[in-house]
Amino acid sequence: MHNVLDIKGLRIEATSYPPGEAPRNVVLVNNVSVAVQQGRVLGLIGESGAGKSTIGLSAMAYGRGGVRLTGGHILLNGREIREASAGDLRILRGREVTYVAQSAAAAFNPAKRLMEQVIEASLLHGVMGRAEAEARAVDLFDKLGLPDPANFGNRYPHQVSGGQLQRAMTAMALCPKPDLVIFDEPTTALDVTTQIDVLVAIKAAIRDTGVAALYITHDLAVVAQVADDILVLRGGKKVEYGPTDQIINHPQEDYTRALVSVRSIDHVEKTEAPAVLSVSGITARYRGTNFDVLKNVSVDLPAGQTLAIVGESGSGKSTLARVITGLLPAAKGDLTFAGRKLSPDLASRSKDDLREVQMIYQMADTAMNPRQTVGTIIGRPLEFYFGLKGEAKRQRIQELLDDIEMGAGFIDRFPAELSGGQKQRVCIARALAAKPKLIICDEVTSALDPLVADGILKLLLNLQARESVAYLFITHDLATVKAIADKIAVMYRGQVVRYGSKTDVLTPPFDDYTDLLLSSVPEMQIGWLEKVLAGRKMESAGN
Amino acid sequence: MHPVVKLVTQRLALGLILLIAVSALIFFGVAALPGDAAQAMLGQSATPESLANLREKMGLNEPILWRYGHWLLGFATGDLGVSLSNGQDIAKSVGQRLGNTIFLAFWAAVIAVPLAITLGLIAARYNGRWPDKLISGVTLATISLPEFVAGYIVMYVLAVKFHLFPSMSMVFPGMGIFERLNAIILPVIVLVMVVLAHMMRMTRAAILNVMESAYIETAELKGLSPINVIWKHAFPNAIAPVVNVVMLNLAYLVVGVVVVEVVFVYPGMGQFLVDHVTKRDMPVVQACGMIFAAVYIGLNILADVVSILANPRLRHPK
Amino acid sequence: MSRIPVSALLGLVLTGGFFLVAIFAQWIAPYKMDELVGGVWDPMSAKHLLGTDSIGRDLLTRMIYGAQVTIFIATCATILSFVTGSVLGFLAATAGGWVDLALSRFVDLVMAIPSLILALVVLTAVDVSVFTLIVVMGLLDSTRVFRLSRAVAVDITVMDYVEAARLRGEGTSWVIFHEILPNALSPLVAELGLRFIFAVLFISTLSFLGLGVQPPLADWGGLVKENSAGLVYGIPAALAPAMAIAALAISVNLVADWVLSRTSSLKGGRGA
Repeated sequence: MHNVLDIKGLRIEATSYPPGEAPRNVVLVNNVSVAVQQGRVLGLIGESGAGKSTIGLSAMAYGRGGVRLTGGHILLNGREIREASAGDLRILRGREVTYVAQSAAAAFNPAKRLMEQVIEASLLHGVMGRAEAEARAVDLFDKLGLPDPANFGNRYPHQVSGGQLQRAMTAMALCPKPDLVIFDEPTTALDVTTQIDVLVAIKAAIRDTGVAALYITHDLAVVAQVADDILVLRGGKKVEYGPTDQIINHPQEDYTRALVSVRSIDHVEKTEAPAVLSVSGITARYRGTNFDVLKNVSVDLPAGQTLAIVGESGSGKSTLARVITGLLPAAKGDLTFAGRKLSPDLASRSKDDLREVQMIYQMADTAMNPRQTVGTIIGRPLEFYFGLKGEAKRQRIQELLDDIEMGAGFIDRFPAELSGGQKQRVCIARALAAKPKLIICDEVTSALDPLVADGILKLLLNLQARESVAYLFITHDLATVKAIADKIAVMYRGQVVRYGSKTDVLTPPFDDYTDLLLSSVPEMQIGWLEKVLAGRKMESAGN
Repeated sequence: MHPVVKLVTQRLALGLILLIAVSALIFFGVAALPGDAAQAMLGQSATPESLANLREKMGLNEPILWRYGHWLLGFATGDLGVSLSNGQDIAKSVGQRLGNTIFLAFWAAVIAVPLAITLGLIAARYNGRWPDKLISGVTLATISLPEFVAGYIVMYVLAVKFHLFPSMSMVFPGMGIFERLNAIILPVIVLVMVVLAHMMRMTRAAILNVMESAYIETAELKGLSPINVIWKHAFPNAIAPVVNVVMLNLAYLVVGVVVVEVVFVYPGMGQFLVDHVTKRDMPVVQACGMIFAAVYIGLNILADVVSILANPRLRHPK
Repeated sequence: MSRIPVSALLGLVLTGGFFLVAIFAQWIAPYKMDELVGGVWDPMSAKHLLGTDSIGRDLLTRMIYGAQVTIFIATCATILSFVTGSVLGFLAATAGGWVDLALSRFVDLVMAIPSLILALVVLTAVDVSVFTLIVVMGLLDSTRVFRLSRAVAVDITVMDYVEAARLRGEGTSWVIFHEILPNALSPLVAELGLRFIFAVLFISTLSFLGLGVQPPLADWGGLVKENSAGLVYGIPAALAPAMAIAALAISVNLVADWVLSRTSSLKGGRGA
């Protein structure tokens, strides 16, 4: 078996233009060596900024937006391509190496039919004639499980679903019979239940065509299902490189160990307690529509505990949060909070009602005013609800910063100067400042890298133990649910389909939807993918 | 009904409503302003009798809604009323001048549109390099020039210093086409200058916007040459925004025409309008204002319709 | 802090110079505004640096007073359009509902007619004075400021931090002044420059058409008109005020371009 791709001592640099400062040079990738043999899959894994996509694209000698390949060797089928001319690169791009992007929806040209785009590279490079290429495309559509493969190519990109587009992009990459395919987070943008189907399709297609592949992802559990070897990256440098079995089961480095054990917080559910929030018979719709986004939803949240609301996009879980906060008054049903009835409308709630229900958002970036300092952001609720001023306020801000493990040094910083995890911590501090009885957490960890997300979950658990605040935790990620929930409500199309204590909800027998959802969460286990398909009861919506 | 047909019909209907609303604004807005049209015409020294006479003649004693209805109906049937200053039929005076103006604007557009798109493409292709900087720098300068300044500079250099073209654009009925074209060369140059900069800058922005899309990267990674990337993948998506830009700037040309006609003493609608503003001849001003507004709105609607037609999501619904 | 690019610096210096001339016109001008000091269209000389005008007044003096008139009217109109446009724009964005609908539709209607045409119609009906010119120009142009400030404010009001403030129970004025305004300021400042240029070009055009500033007062546009007859005989007096208009517009443009690029880089700026 020869090496299709052989990267040696690769160094990649770029020029960054910080606003208001002189441009400076940054090293994105430093001294990375890796090889892919014919018919094998190499997983590239790391957090955002680890340089994994940059390395992936370097296999086509392509640099996005001013990225330069400044050192080392990139051997494709034994030929050095790092400094190849634009003309030479055009010959191998789309012929020897092809690319599958994270967002197929953006990567397809909206003005052209899918078939034209799928066979374009094959025709351009003279790999085959039009008839043969179209036949191969239909065959690939079929292999990838796309509906009505013979006519699928006649459609425009906006006429098919996201999961189907991702598969069509895989067909586009495989059509010209390349030697190497680069998959750049191909399932990240999809819903959990769809992700598995696409993953299975990609895996089968790689196996059937015998192509070599680079599989880039931030999710170790996903890459464990498809890769033969794994390269763990951090900050543009190699952390660990070896066969999948070794990385998953016998990691050598601390960082790899942390990645493997991520999502393994084991949370023991608390015993029953009186409800701080009761949602009963809530039905809600958005103004100007005649479709109920929530249908007769009833759940209880015990004081000082966590109720996880689980569901995919469109299940109505975020709408439930808007109803509880009063942003969207319910059409029917009641909210009882701390023994009193909560007005459905935000405007008619008392200041104490407002203070005792706080909210933390998915995107900490947009949840903080970029023109306010951390001190102002955390200080405002102190001033607004408790009338704290001057030194007393400053002292309380410092305590809160200590609570979120950040320290007083951050008090005068602006949000733009913080990392993703730090921003989310500041949002937590702002919520805590109001001394609430309930915090609504809307997908608070889903925009964060796994290790950072773990840190946030641990912090939330500690704070709950100390302040006995209740969380309504909205998420699509079951691993997170296992880590933090005491009670779980599974939502599907506006209804609660399963509800109870964590143990009850996660113990079989399951209803069809819960089964599908639970079986869609990749586990850190080789061979899990094959196992899970055998036992499924229901098809995902992406099909 | 096909969604495209539906949307286009909607846009056309909206345009009609807008036109009626604009007519109401021009009519009632003027009526609501402080000051009296009759007084304004005759000046402060007018005797009460002559004022009353003129008010009677202008129909100012009729109920305002009746006057509006009459005016609008007249407009729909081609009767624009009678000029106050010389008693002539407005439709008749406007007719020939409108033809002259369209002749001028047409030739300006014929030159400006292809030139602007070509320059826009060049600037986008060499984004950030010298051809782009040169084109952008020159156009920044021309954007800052009011039409009449550009007009006088062009006149001074080309007509007065070098005697290449006539400085005044005299045209009259029965003039041959080539004489006519020779007469309007200077105003055409000025209109092209004025409209080119905007059109080119917006074309450049529209193309760059398309070039930043992820599907352009996909095409590059398939090994397509830069020309093919632009031709096969950027161009089909850039048609709509570029046509939009062209239409919007042709609408802008309508305004430029007013000033340029005055500079070159060209007997078109613009000069006619300005003359009658000076004479405070409200019926003529309102009629001309409506015609200019109608052309402007029409071009804007056309721009909308083109973007609807060019959108694949609308042409091929799910 | 950041360095100012050469082009922006040049723009700043020139703009500043024009404003200084406008403010101190009475002290700088070598002659009285209306004084007949020479023959018709005397050429440039040590006595009359730019020559004399169509009836024998010192052209440089006329230009200096013209700067005052042009810049005064343009500044007042810009301030009027900004105050009216941004107040109504923010109001429409935060109030929503029928207030927003009514204001937005009315602005759409006014903007459906080219500003110059609408101004000509209005100026036919009202007496032309410096005051009416400022009001007409300011109000017509406020529609553009309204659109921008409403769009900017709408973008900000959908941000989670504004929702967070509402959930906290903050009042409308706190939301406008603490959450929206600080974030809307930079795009509005850049727009200020563009609106000012537009006002300069607008008043110059009106005066050139004879419908703006009335004699004996004259702005730059009026000076072009007064002296335009000489051009055909090869007398370039009209070009001096024409160049002045272009120079002012270009220098403000250079500054506005710089402010605009700074604010957009702020928006796209990545945190550390």
